[in-house]
Amino acid sequence: MSATSLAYFSNNTIYSCLAVFGLAFLAHAIEVSWSVKNLENEKKTEFDFGRTERSGRIGTAMMILGFLLLIVADTTRGFSAGRFPLGNMYEFSITGALTLTGAYLFSLKKYKIRWLGLPVSISVLLTLGTAIMVLYRPSAPLVPALKSPWLAIHVSAAIISGGVFLVANLVAAMYLWMERLELKGDRPAWAIKIPTLDELDQLSYRLIAFVFPLWTFAVIAGAIWAESAWGKYWGWDPKETWAFITWVAYAAYLHARVTVGWRGRRAAWLCIFAGSTFLFNYIYVNIWGTGLHTYSGL
Amino acid sequence: MDQENQDDAMSSETVTSSAPDIGVRGILRWAWRQLTSMRIALILLMLLGVAAIPGSLFPQRSQNPQKVDQYFNDYPSLAHWMDKFHLFSVYSSPWFSSIYLLLFISLIGCVLPRTFHHVRAIGKKPPLTPRNLDRMEGFRVIDHAGPEALAVAEKWFKQRRFRVRITEDSISAEKGYGRETGNLLFHLSLILILVGVATGGLIGMKGEAIVNVGERFINTPTSYDTISYGKFQSEGSLVSFSLTATTFKATYNPITQQPTDYVLSTMVSHPIGSAPKPVTIRVNHPLTFGNTKIYLQANGYSPIVTVRDAAGVITFQGPTIFLPQDANLSSLGAIKVPDMTPQIGFIASFLPTASSSPSRGMFSSYPEVLDPKLVLSVWSGDLGLDSGNPQSVYSLNTSKLKKVGLKALTLGSSYTFGSGSITFDGWEPWVNLQIVDDPGKVYALLGAIAAILGLLISLFTRQRRIWIKVSNRVEIAGLAKNGIPGLDTDLDDLQKRIQESISGLPGSRREEE
Repeated sequence: MSATSLAYFSNNTIYSCLAVFGLAFLAHAIEVSWSVKNLENEKKTEFDFGRTERSGRIGTAMMILGFLLLIVADTTRGFSAGRFPLGNMYEFSITGALTLTGAYLFSLKKYKIRWLGLPVSISVLLTLGTAIMVLYRPSAPLVPALKSPWLAIHVSAAIISGGVFLVANLVAAMYLWMERLELKGDRPAWAIKIPTLDELDQLSYRLIAFVFPLWTFAVIAGAIWAESAWGKYWGWDPKETWAFITWVAYAAYLHARVTVGWRGRRAAWLCIFAGSTFLFNYIYVNIWGTGLHTYSGL
Repeated sequence: MDQENQDDAMSSETVTSSAPDIGVRGILRWAWRQLTSMRIALILLMLLGVAAIPGSLFPQRSQNPQKVDQYFNDYPSLAHWMDKFHLFSVYSSPWFSSIYLLLFISLIGCVLPRTFHHVRAIGKKPPLTPRNLDRMEGFRVIDHAGPEALAVAEKWFKQRRFRVRITEDSISAEKGYGRETGNLLFHLSLILILVGVATGGLIGMKGEAIVNVGERFINTPTSYDTISYGKFQSEGSLVSFSLTATTFKATYNPITQQPTDYVLSTMVSHPIGSAPKPVTIRVNHPLTFGNTKIYLQANGYSPIVTVRDAAGVITFQGPTIFLPQDANLSSLGAIKVPDMTPQIGFIASFLPTASSSPSRGMFSSYPEVLDPKLVLSVWSGDLGLDSGNPQSVYSLNTSKLKKVGLKALTLGSSYTFGSGSITFDGWEPWVNLQIVDDPGKVYALLGAIAAILGLLISLFTRQRRIWIKVSNRVEIAGLAKNGIPGLDTDLDDLQKRIQESISGLPGSRREEE
């Protein structure tokens, strides 16, 4: 296949991904909403997830299918441009969606986190949607500064870390929500399947502890690359600055947790704060920022 | 909270709320304890993150001095006020420096004692078995087991490379010292990174020079357009080399008009005077002499013109460096001819591929030279070069000049103004070389590698203690640092091993039957 037809193939696969993740979203939505029993009594809603087990499984199957399609779309995009698919924000977004789904499916194997299926499928739909509607750029070769083996290393490390940070944020947000519900009394029936507060707390910590070294590596790999491309390994470019802020925020989170013993609500807020510095970096610096990290008009 | 306070210097250095002892020593001691406490370290860490923010929101002198000037023009009073708080040079400001220096002092004050403590602890045996195991995690009593369980447990511990302290009726075992080793390695590496950064600032050198293709650059301070040295760097310490730019090729994607490759071919003599060797410099592939690297940083065009006076005598001939203004390399510059009466100056734009539209006028539509034009205005009078005030070579001070003509020249054409003529002969690309000597970056890199190693070791090592005690019954229990999971699996496994060994005994087999 020629580069052009590969690029078209990749675009069409992305559209199929949208459809498949749409189905995954629907299946997970049905899983939650149709498990409601006795709707007439608002105060005592009961849930029976046994009834919707099949729907949940369909959701997971769709997620796996979507994940595989995303791999195809992402690699063909890369082949069409003759490089790793990490050259502009459209490509970051589809690779990011791929990582997020991957992180979810990988954790699903180890932990019972199918309840995250709904928020994960919404996030992936939103990411792919914005990628197609707003961020799309035709497949093209890179500007000279990006032509380096470090592109694949630095950017993929950053994106994988970002995907895991976002999952940790979702878990922390879920913690805060569940905690609010529990403070009001017993958990409502629909939330019974969601893990206990303690498990949520541990899960977000473990995700961050697992991925913090990778983020550190991403920042350092960036510095090594910057040294060979721009002549200085650290220049306080806006993107570097925010990567540093994210690093500091997660370092603070880990210290607060491991040495000072923060748990629960405070830890969850700190986790969300740290995750939002990453999101801010991704969105603000790429779109409105100036500096050396802004390439190819997005 | 941490279950092992006695081992955890960071958390045991708790902030004392009681009033300090009287006397300077007391106060210093109190201040030191405060500074090295985890709480203050955390606050400093978060402050460092917050303090880094303004530098990404306001233009910084170190990155973009033109934008800072622009800011001063747009908001003069606000900018003046902001400058007092170093908001245009955040990362070298006293307040930013004081935060990270305090943080590093706090870090050193915390990590060094911990390192000594850890080194001593490595040689020691694990602490004694606690008296009451039932207060520990995963406590369990193994049925039907007797004193022989100790030997089984000892073998189990040794297989898993626990360090053990064996007493008559108990074994205390500990594993995972790597956690603290990695942790300390990580924090010590951060100090090494800071040393590397500081070294680069104190004994480094950085400069930039624009070189026309065809010209030779000799590495002496006067060859640079800008050059700055570290505080302790002598000016005579430049690497001896000279470099002739033979060709420069930029290729562009015709659809997106973005550059796809820059290649600079050079002949390099290192040291100066030695036989030149061909070397290619590209983006991402700098030329390296030890700690000194030469980067290809930017490029542009120098139009070549010939200026003649009214008698036809050549008063100026050659390339003039113009600065690119946009992605299609529309370039702006000034050509100054002081050797004419009156003096003549040109403000000109070089358009590599000239196009025009009613709304934009003349502009360049492609960065490669396909259809070049030189659009110039001619100024006559006093160039102001003798006034003693330094002047930019890229612009003309028109205060004592009068505009006498305006013309767009195509390649090879001439324009005759009042007192002479100018001919657009051609062009030459120029390259901007950035030359950096940073002896500290090796340390920073080593520190970074060690930091990641330390982090990996510390985050993926599980530190735990397991005890077995034999009295009138056999008890086992454990303790996992920071509540890391997996202790129960270990205890289950040990219990299973002991029970298997019992069932292997004749006595217990009979009981089962």
